[in-house]
Amino acid sequence: MAVLGTSLGLLALFVAFGLLIGVLFGFFGMGGSFLVTPALLVMGYPSRVAVGSGLAFVFGTSVIATLKHRDLGQVDYKLGVLMIVGTTAGIEVGKEIVLHLEELGLAGSIISVTYIFLLGGIGAFVTYEAMKGDGGGGVDHDAAENAEADAYDEDIPDIAKTIQSYRVPPMINLRGGVTVSLWMILGVAFATGLLSGFMGVGGGFIRMPALFYLIGVPVPIAVGTDLFEIVFSGGIGSFTYALDGGVDLAIVAPLLAGSALGARVGSAATSVVDESEIKVYFGLMLLGGALAVAVREVGNVTGIEVFDVVSLLLILGSALLVSSAVVYSSVSAIRERPGTGSPAPK
Amino acid sequence: MIDAASLPPAAQAAGLIGIVLLEAMVLYVAYGVLERAVGKRLIQRLTRT
Repeated sequence: MAVLGTSLGLLALFVAFGLLIGVLFGFFGMGGSFLVTPALLVMGYPSRVAVGSGLAFVFGTSVIATLKHRDLGQVDYKLGVLMIVGTTAGIEVGKEIVLHLEELGLAGSIISVTYIFLLGGIGAFVTYEAMKGDGGGGVDHDAAENAEADAYDEDIPDIAKTIQSYRVPPMINLRGGVTVSLWMILGVAFATGLLSGFMGVGGGFIRMPALFYLIGVPVPIAVGTDLFEIVFSGGIGSFTYALDGGVDLAIVAPLLAGSALGARVGSAATSVVDESEIKVYFGLMLLGGALAVAVREVGNVTGIEVFDVVSLLLILGSALLVSSAVVYSSVSAIRERPGTGSPAPK
Repeated sequence: MIDAASLPPAAQAAGLIGIVLLEAMVLYVAYGVLERAVGKRLIQRLTRT
């Protein structure tokens, strides 16, 4: 039996895969395109369909996750719009650099090396911060409860404090009691957009840590605002690919059915989980992603297909490990509050 | 009936993205109803075990 021209087995696989990604997306505000597109490529879909359907899926999931984060008061629309402006400009410049490098015949190798070092570097940094155990790691959702409180000052990374100290008018007040110069926001947005456009990725894994580490926005708001921005970037990107027939509903619909549930779980988990134990998994997932890209590049250079499969298994393994850790930590946190009937937001 | 294939590519693409958006909204509402229906019981069960 087939639905939308796809077998029931494959549909079930897409739903399960979507569930896994939805948890990560809702919890971290990242993990969509860098998981889906390689998986579809390894499954034999053409690049255009893999990228286009991946983007359409990210668009749908980000809508759901943003709505959930909005319910939790974790979306800063003002910051989101400013980030969209800066990011869009950055993406255009990033694309121009890619076109220039393509003329020189250097684009592929430089982009891959940048991707590996950036993903690996952020992963190593977050893992190091988590292992240090000083509370300064990249995914400390505990900051949510202090969103409007002075206590949050202690959680602001030093780099963000420095950036906030540059009081170049106009100053912008953000959710979480953060005040920062408009130019600093646009600068960070431009830089993340530049990297996003240069590497051809959605950029959640760059933007979310940037919002926290560079601007000093509490992590839950960084995640919610990042997702809000992905609604627009994913929507425009998937529309562009849909113009050329690159969006396959038989892929997107079942993935979305799974991720819609996963995104609710992941988003809700940000309110109950003590992420000090999750930070290290987040960092390791990025390191796993960097390793997977490196393995795939080796496969591209040598022409040995098994490297593609190893690369996919590394990505799926990392994603499964981290999403399981999120669910396990959520259940543990709920169990530690006997008699409450519902989890009190942390 | 409108023949979707006869529409310009931009309209077809917009329709496709519109379907994805509609599915996302429907799923958000449907899972929200499901969460309200069974969420509390599930959490109580987890708390007891």
